Amino acid sequence: MPSTVYCSIVSAEKEIFSGQVENVVATGTIGELGLFPGHTPLLTGIKPGPVRLKLEGGEEEIFFASGGYIEVQQNAITILADTALRADDLDEAAAQDAQNKAEKELADNKSDIDFGRVQADIQETAAMLRTIRKYRK
Amino acid sequence: MANANELRKQIGSIKNTQKITSAMEMVAASRMRKTQERMARGRPYSDHIRTVIGHVAKASPEYRHQFMVEREVRRIGYILVTTDKGLCGGLNINLLKATVKDIKQWVDQGIEVDLCLIGKKGAQFFRSYGGNVVAASDNASEEPEMTDLIGSIKVMLDSFAEGKIDKVFLANNIFVNTMTQTPTIRQLVPLNAEDDGQEKRIWDYIYEPDARQLIEGLVTRFIESQVYQAVVENVACEQAAKMIAMKNATDNAGDLVDELQLVMNNARQAAITQELSEIVSGAAAV
Repeated sequence: MPSTVYCSIVSAEKEIFSGQVENVVATGTIGELGLFPGHTPLLTGIKPGPVRLKLEGGEEEIFFASGGYIEVQQNAITILADTALRADDLDEAAAQDAQNKAEKELADNKSDIDFGRVQADIQETAAMLRTIRKYRK
Repeated sequence: MANANELRKQIGSIKNTQKITSAMEMVAASRMRKTQERMARGRPYSDHIRTVIGHVAKASPEYRHQFMVEREVRRIGYILVTTDKGLCGGLNINLLKATVKDIKQWVDQGIEVDLCLIGKKGAQFFRSYGGNVVAASDNASEEPEMTDLIGSIKVMLDSFAEGKIDKVFLANNIFVNTMTQTPTIRQLVPLNAEDDGQEKRIWDYIYEPDARQLIEGLVTRFIESQVYQAVVENVACEQAAKMIAMKNATDNAGDLVDELQLVMNNARQAAITQELSEIVSGAAAV
């Protein structure tokens, strides 16, 4: 069994990461996933949240994915993210702003807002903030 | 002997045209960089999702989505991406030729063809060529928005879902480099697995949470990304082809001017010689 697996993270805008990793931790639709080399084929959605890669040699890299799909093959993990960022590039202030705005929109209780969209926004920004607070230390 | 004045006028007008074509060349060159960047940014996603879809098509899932099932073919659909504007060399013509050839193969087998055209040039062509056009839209801008394209894609996918058409192809130019753009026709649905020479074995994914929902979402994303990428790529091709076409036009105009200049100089010299000999012979007569 090889000790690393090829992993690539792509978003609609660009390729964010590709290379050998020891393991991947991501937030799947029904819970946290730990993916190691030789994992059985798996197809799942992503919930907004952090994606943690352990690189060859033990170094960790953290990304934020706002949604998308993960495909796992024996020798490759592909993360098709809607949008993805390196955790270092996340802007805490902007995320907080976006969340406040979305919550205010919800609180205003106007009839013409799209509840589904606003709720998705809140979830996404909340996940972003979680990622930032957890890993930026 | 041609009239020197007339030639001078002709040279002037060619030079004017040359100025225009060289300006267009420069505009295309500067746009090309931007459009190529945009294309390059989108490529990894569309390539990766194609690989994933290839895997999905090869798996033996408990749930066969209708997009994965091969049906008996009676009617097929093409999504054809062309440019809005001309003056880009053989770009559109090559693609249209390839598409028409492909369509003819199906028609010869008695299969009917529906067309969904993105870009004005394709629409113009099929207006005179004939063909059953079910949807048409313009590229409208260099930065296509997904929302602009969804309408025409939906027409195709809906009629696939309703069983009106049994295959959907995507025809567009692929950007190889600035000099080369290749027309390609690829099958979108039903999903077909590219043969990678691997031994066939029976396997399936674990689906979390649910195969139907996942595959549906993934396939929709796949088709959208493929068409979007096709459009973005087409814009990059257009600018590259335009730049080359305009460069050729500028060069040709230069050659033409050189040639005419020579003829004009000859004509002018001949006129001077003639005048001189007239004066000399006139003086001799006196």
